[in-house]
Amino acid sequence: MKTVSFFIVDDLRYLENGSYSFAVERGKCIGLSGQSGIGKSQLLKSIADLIPHTGEVYLEGVACSDIDAPEWRRQVALVPAESLWWYDTVQGHFPNLEHRFLSCGWLSELGFEPSVMSWQVARLSTGERQRLALLRALVNEPRVLLLDEPTSGLDPLYAARYENILAQYRIQYGAPLIWVTHDREQLLRVADAAYMVEKKGLKRLPSMV
Amino acid sequence: MNIISLGALDLALAASLLLLLALVSVLLSLDLEKKLLLSGLRTIIQLLLIGQVLRVLFANANPWWIICMALVMLLVAVREVRARQQRRLKGISGYWISTFSIFISSFTVTFLALTVMVHVRPWWTPQYAIPLLGMVLGNTMTGVALASDRLTVQLYEQRNVVEQRLLLGQSWQTACGDIRRECARTGMVPIINSMAAAGVVSLPGMMTGQILGGTPPVEAVKYQILIMFLIAAGTGFGVICSIWMASRHLFDKRHRLCLDQLLAGK
Repeated sequence: MKTVSFFIVDDLRYLENGSYSFAVERGKCIGLSGQSGIGKSQLLKSIADLIPHTGEVYLEGVACSDIDAPEWRRQVALVPAESLWWYDTVQGHFPNLEHRFLSCGWLSELGFEPSVMSWQVARLSTGERQRLALLRALVNEPRVLLLDEPTSGLDPLYAARYENILAQYRIQYGAPLIWVTHDREQLLRVADAAYMVEKKGLKRLPSMV
Repeated sequence: MNIISLGALDLALAASLLLLLALVSVLLSLDLEKKLLLSGLRTIIQLLLIGQVLRVLFANANPWWIICMALVMLLVAVREVRARQQRRLKGISGYWISTFSIFISSFTVTFLALTVMVHVRPWWTPQYAIPLLGMVLGNTMTGVALASDRLTVQLYEQRNVVEQRLLLGQSWQTACGDIRRECARTGMVPIINSMAAAGVVSLPGMMTGQILGGTPPVEAVKYQILIMFLIAAGTGFGVICSIWMASRHLFDKRHRLCLDQLLAGK
């Protein structure tokens, strides 16, 4: 019996890009690189069903178009390159302050005290907002994570910790990661397989052991 | 007691105040004169015309003419709402949403008032129908214009925040909920302020008119209370309806924000 991959992107096309097809198994990470402006963010957005596209995405055999869009995006979470916050305080953005991810040590690993929840968002630096945005996405317990240059605004210390937390999440919860980055070294560190995003398709990058 | 009739000279003296203001604007380079004088001219022409129309209408009362006039008023109101929007909805939808919301709220409220509250027989008696509809319609138009303008502008300016909220798995209603609430509040501010200040800061217009015409003040205030509640209800339902319809129109069935439905800003 042929086993079906956990997360399948099938013949995805949007605007003038495509077609893109790939599959990723539980707990694995796919790295995506490519020229600026080629459409990597748009690729992630079409996987998250945020922009119109043709083709289909399957999560454990279930097609995106068969699920309600908000439910799909809860399960397939896109963490954008720039984090945005809309309430005055941090805690407004976290519906459940008792969530275990907020007390398991990840908050302090990212450089925050528990009291950060009561802070004004305006007090946080861009880097701090970027780091908190990861936790904001994780508390939804997504089954797949789409990451758009997640550590681009972070210094090396926190970038490493950010990668570490994602690795823990990936391994513990079996969530595949699709990771867009320009950083070749990061790509080597985090990805099990890497692709170059081109206008009409993906090009597999040879693994450099 | 009959109202004191105004002559052309009396109006000319009032108009001279406007001319004085225009002169000050020119001297201070405020650039207001053109708008001021144009609006003043429009006021004179439109009101003189409407005076004649009402004179004929009152003399030849007929439900069809009243309905005709009501529809003209509605269309002008819809045009005004659209003219005040910085970012408009593309195509017929924008007009339809404004027309439907203003119609369903102000016309229903006015009809209800004429039949069930004022008990005027027949309900379409022009002396009651036109002024009541005019006041409810005018204020509903203002509320809907404010709310609709703010909604499209806010959804455009905060599109990234709305998108971020959608990405966290929120439905379109939740993602734009705060914006919708804010716009509903904006639309209701004028009438809420009016109700709060009524009688204390200024005597509202309808009451003033009635008192000038000889109605005893106690009777006039009753009508004023009635009309303010009608206006509040008409504005409220109109604002809610237009915001709900417009926001729904700007999201597709996959809960995506479709800003291509908006024309470019003015």
